[in-house]
Amino acid sequence: MVDGSSIGFWAGYAWPVILIVLKVLAIVVPLLLLVAYMTLAERKIMAAMQMRLGPNVVGPLGIWQAFADGLKMICKETIIPTGSNKVVFLAAPLITFVLATLGWAVVPFDAGLVLADINVGVLFLFAISSLGVYGIIMAGWASNSRYPFLGALRSAAQMVSYEVSMGFVIITVLLAVGSLNLSDIVESQRNIWFFIPLFPMFIIFFISTLAETNRHPFDLPEAESELVAGYQVEYSAMTFGLFFVGEYANMFLMSAFTTVLFLGGWLPPFDIEPFTWIPGYIWFFLKVAFLLFVFVWIRATLPRYRYDQLMRLGWKVFLPFSLLWVVITAGALIIFDWLPGA
Amino acid sequence: MDDFLLEYLPILIFLLISLGMGVAILAGSFLVARQKPDSEKLSAYECGFAPFDDTRKQFDVRFYLVALLFIIFDLEVAFLFPWAVSLGSIGIFGFWSMIVFLAILTIGFIYEWRKGALEWE
Repeated sequence: MVDGSSIGFWAGYAWPVILIVLKVLAIVVPLLLLVAYMTLAERKIMAAMQMRLGPNVVGPLGIWQAFADGLKMICKETIIPTGSNKVVFLAAPLITFVLATLGWAVVPFDAGLVLADINVGVLFLFAISSLGVYGIIMAGWASNSRYPFLGALRSAAQMVSYEVSMGFVIITVLLAVGSLNLSDIVESQRNIWFFIPLFPMFIIFFISTLAETNRHPFDLPEAESELVAGYQVEYSAMTFGLFFVGEYANMFLMSAFTTVLFLGGWLPPFDIEPFTWIPGYIWFFLKVAFLLFVFVWIRATLPRYRYDQLMRLGWKVFLPFSLLWVVITAGALIIFDWLPGA
Repeated sequence: MDDFLLEYLPILIFLLISLGMGVAILAGSFLVARQKPDSEKLSAYECGFAPFDDTRKQFDVRFYLVALLFIIFDLEVAFLFPWAVSLGSIGIFGFWSMIVFLAILTIGFIYEWRKGALEWE
């Protein structure tokens, strides 16, 4: 290779790629650390709500508990049941893990602070969250065992049911924005965060994310009193660990999605002096942290839904209501001539 | 590299990195931990006895039904996405066209409801 072309190679291809790799690591590594500490925070918050102490032995206030748990999981034996389809069995946790992290590629942390500012960001996030069902149903089928199979079936039905109303909720936001780009969605909330005019949609979306991430009170796929641990029954060591990390990373991702759609992303609550001193990514982080706290709060407070109640809520309440709200929003925007780009 | 590719390249690299991370975590745990399998340990979990027969037999038809309904409504959402983004430029005509479509779909939804397809007792 001659000198000139090698310079072109470095300047044109290699450096941009290396830069992207560094950016990706700058997202993934803190994400995984935060996920580890989310598990600790969850245990601490729930302990406080139940008048207990929570983990406090490993390090001061138990701050090394997260690492102790991770280390323990790595040192466990990886069990692959004889009756299972081994490739699918191992692919399932991988898919869950990859999907839960991949969504962060398009999330805007601050104005311009986004890895891939694609113009169909909403579609990308929606697709990623929909694909999540594959990891679970593959796990349940490949395990070739009763409880995982039933858990996976339940989970698949539950996730697709709530995805429909999530889709309609996203449509109402898109009507008010007129763009699929996540940064545009945040920017158009400069006057008013969307959770105020679209408050019922915000509530529906948040409840749907609870169902989508299989969290309380919709954690029927892993209801321990009837299904032992649902689709995770046959998983051990880091195959279980990847599911666990994936589930929590998914919670983060869904909270970030809610923040972008309804809570004004990186925007401060008021566009005046003391609030604008704080950088945007801190606001973003605070909003996501607040939603995650609500996730834990709900887990510590509410009893589990029954399966027929869950399906009724999804199909007979959320679906008609959000469909109606799409029509109302579109009609109101047309009548008052508030449509973007009109 | 053209702009379109540059927009999506980070996602591809992100995919490869997180896939690599996942594989590394799985392989790392497999290598670090002592593997000592036996036939009891590797049998399917079934509350203390050996499973009577294969798991993958029949299951409730309602799960199929939910999947079918999901496909209908998710396609509808897919139609609504471009409509919602461009409603500002297609105006009142675009609005009423979609209302007609939604009305037809709602009739189907009411039919499903009355037929009991959404019941789950």
